[in-house]
Amino acid sequence: MNYINEMKIQFLNKSVNEGLARVAVASFCAQLDLTVETVADIKTAVSEAVTNAIVHGYENMSGFVTVCCVYNLKEIEITVSDYGRGIEDIDEARRPLFTSSPDEERSGMGFTVMETFMDSLEVKSSVGMGTTVIMRKKVQV
Amino acid sequence: MTIDVMGEAMIIRPKGELDHHYAQEIREKADKIILKGEIRKVIFDFTNVLFMDSSGIGVIMGRYRLMEAIKGSVCAFGANERIKRLIKMSGLSRVITLCPNQQKALEVK
Ligand SMILES: Nc1ncnc2c1ncn2[C@@H]1O[C@H](COP(=O)(O)OP(=O)(O)OP(=O)(O)O)[C@@H](O)[C@H]1O
Ligand SMILES: [Mg+2]
Repeated sequence: MNYINEMKIQFLNKSVNEGLARVAVASFCAQLDLTVETVADIKTAVSEAVTNAIVHGYENMSGFVTVCCVYNLKEIEITVSDYGRGIEDIDEARRPLFTSSPDEERSGMGFTVMETFMDSLEVKSSVGMGTTVIMRKKVQV
Repeated sequence: MTIDVMGEAMIIRPKGELDHHYAQEIREKADKIILKGEIRKVIFDFTNVLFMDSSGIGVIMGRYRLMEAIKGSVCAFGANERIKRLIKMSGLSRVITLCPNQQKALEVK
């Protein structure tokens, strides 16, 4: 991506940092003249990806989550990475209502929400190495 | 957040951003009351919820399972369009009742 601005933040996998990630990305996006709806879509998608990294990526381990945010004149690209467990079967994981932890009251809607609220979603993962989620949304700057 | 108990109905009123972090607190406080065994209806008041993600769906789903087990019910009111959209996306709208206000939610059987 031929970017015109970029930011990166890194934080420990503590659930209290989910709000931090949303606020950081929303503030960065405020540099663009986006609609309230667009910012809310992005915040929701970021919340899903970061929560997954914290809940599934690390489970009971401790580790860092990285959120990278880039925009150019056409789109915003957000990358959320963890260096944890990884996903064995990405297709299965992305299926609506699939969850590996129903006992923790997860609904299996996270990836579906990211797909619905963003224009594209790419998931890269390798077991034992971690997971990276790349989301893009078209914007009119 | 506040929780009001009115007879067999319990109204859960979360405030702010309903994410995974906050979900844990809501779950704990609600279940402490539900597990006493007198509640037959759980009502979510979303009036003061400014943000919600799929963790909120999980919270509703979990309380629905508790109510379903005792043939109770779950309703919600005060949800903005985004929250309603999430509830519909997840299929939860088939098992819980979305009401226009608290009075209507209390009237649901
Ligand atoms: N970063 C990750 N690391 C490891 N596994 C992951 C990661 N993200 C997602 N997964 C796997 O993909 C599944 C589906 O994720 P998704 O976000 O759609 O649902 P969920 O997190 O289980 O439930 P919800 O998001 O509705 O609370 C998860 O249950 C988990 O097994
Ligand atoms: Mg999730």
